[in-house]
Amino acid sequence: MEWANAVIQGVLLGGLYALLATGLSLIFGVMRLVNLAHGDLGMLAAYVSVVIVSVAGIGPLESLVVVVPVMMVLGYVLQRSLLNFTLTGGVLPPLLVTFGLSVIIQNAQLTIFSADSQGLDAGPIEIASLPITDQITVGWLPLLTLVVAVAILIGLQLLISRTRLGRALRATSDDGEAARIVGIDSRHIYGIAMAIALGTVAIGGVFLGIRTTFGPGDGPARLIFAFEAVIIGGLGSLWGTLVGGVILGVAQTVGGQISPAYQVLAGHLVFLAVLLFRPTGLFSRRGARQL
Amino acid sequence: MTAIVGIGLFIGLAVLPFWGPDGVLRLLIEFFVLLAMAQMWNLLAGYAGLVSIGQQAFVGIGAYGLFYFTDLAGLPPIAAIGATAAVAVLIALLTSLFAFRLRDGYFAVGTWVIAEIFRIVVSQVETLGLGTGVTIQTLVQMPPEERLNLVYWLALGVGFGAVVVVILVMRSRLGLALGAIRDSEVAASGLGVNVLRTKRMVYVIASVGCAVAAAVYYMNLLRIQPTAAFSVDWTVQMIFVVVIGGLGRIEGPIIGAIVVLGLQEALADFGSAYLIILGLVMIVVVLFARRGLWGLVTARWPISLFGIQRRLVPAEDRS
Repeated sequence: MEWANAVIQGVLLGGLYALLATGLSLIFGVMRLVNLAHGDLGMLAAYVSVVIVSVAGIGPLESLVVVVPVMMVLGYVLQRSLLNFTLTGGVLPPLLVTFGLSVIIQNAQLTIFSADSQGLDAGPIEIASLPITDQITVGWLPLLTLVVAVAILIGLQLLISRTRLGRALRATSDDGEAARIVGIDSRHIYGIAMAIALGTVAIGGVFLGIRTTFGPGDGPARLIFAFEAVIIGGLGSLWGTLVGGVILGVAQTVGGQISPAYQVLAGHLVFLAVLLFRPTGLFSRRGARQL
Repeated sequence: MTAIVGIGLFIGLAVLPFWGPDGVLRLLIEFFVLLAMAQMWNLLAGYAGLVSIGQQAFVGIGAYGLFYFTDLAGLPPIAAIGATAAVAVLIALLTSLFAFRLRDGYFAVGTWVIAEIFRIVVSQVETLGLGTGVTIQTLVQMPPEERLNLVYWLALGVGFGAVVVVILVMRSRLGLALGAIRDSEVAASGLGVNVLRTKRMVYVIASVGCAVAAAVYYMNLLRIQPTAAFSVDWTVQMIFVVVIGGLGRIEGPIIGAIVVLGLQEALADFGSAYLIILGLVMIVVVLFARRGLWGLVTARWPISLFGIQRRLVPAEDRS
């Protein structure tokens, strides 16, 4: 029974990982950019929430009304003012610039908020739970996280397949040059894609901040989990990201059931196994190019 | 010409322990170790296009290899470094099986995950001191002056050795294959270059070089902790040095290591501001001077200190 519980908790944890991973996957799909600062930007959102919670005296969930737009604007500005200029000239410039950003964000957070752990207090919802059986209870907060993740993925799916903006995103993703010829401003589209990516990771960051305490240097670990979810699910597939997140979450909670020391390791090992046996991931939209 | 200056410089630096102050020796140890690691990262990213953010895996392996082969296996320090290098070859081959399934940015993060796995696994091994780490007792017992001199000479050898290795690699068939791959992977493979094998060889060389440099560094530090030895900060430093100095040029890491260590000394009192500044400098360099500081120099004066750039020579000019 405790194993069944571990699996259920893992699925719920997967919702959080999917929230953290969706933006990474989207950005790679649209502009082939691997954003090494993605995890740090998620943590930045949590810190922004800390500030808003203390200034406005509202709860962290309510603060999302401000945090998400702030991060979306930041994403758009970041893309238009900086990242767009890295997209020419091979794979190195975007990697190096986002890696530089990652170092800057972490150390800026360290300077402003100190190395002390922070937490976001969402009130009674944090411990409220729904009893399923005697031994299995589902926390409302993890459940809410998973529901939000699924809702965002449905929303993104509809946006991409049904709207004008979605068509422009797909066109730019398939062939940026051709999209430009038919009058799509790819720089603007890239900006919007980054805005959406940071909006989603902002929600992930705030949920993470409610769930556990966090520090200024936690971004890289979040990036690694998000990245693993994307690879396990398959490059370029949004729903694959959810499945990847769930598989990673389950691997971690089941590993943690064996011994707390194996929690993170079990996730990494599943990731390695996927690399070895199914390097394109489980739901790859286009095959990951091999060397 | 460069060779003569280089040998002269090497000899000059080699006699430094006989009269130089300890502080200078310690700083130079840092410099040579950083230079060696950066040269290796440059070989990997600058010449082979393999951007790894997981080279700290080999820093940790170098550190723990040194501990294992001196304290537990009872080898003398230099033999222990050799044994560590051999282990690093095997581990690099093993990790390449996983990492080489990914490309570009995904290769970068994939190598990072692998380094994390090493950190977690090492933190679980009791003989390696679990999460608290170990102190290399054999080396603690050495007379301090003797150890400092030994580490200094080894660091000098590692620093110059790394430069020589990169020159030799670039002048060899391997270097020719690398150049061809960089120009066009498809064309190179069409002409019979084994792309995967070439990249794997470079990855092994760079990883072993990094492990050896790390072993030398930890001969001086003596205290090994998994979180520090497997910290991504090592790779951050390598990247700063290479990118600021100039990616894909041997001169780059030399200039970069001087600049980065200089900034580190100058900004020592400002804590994390130092890393913010380095991050900003790196972004500015990538955006406005893609070939780094050395690229700015060569844009004005056509200097090539190491003669590994291949030039097109018209047939009638050949003698």
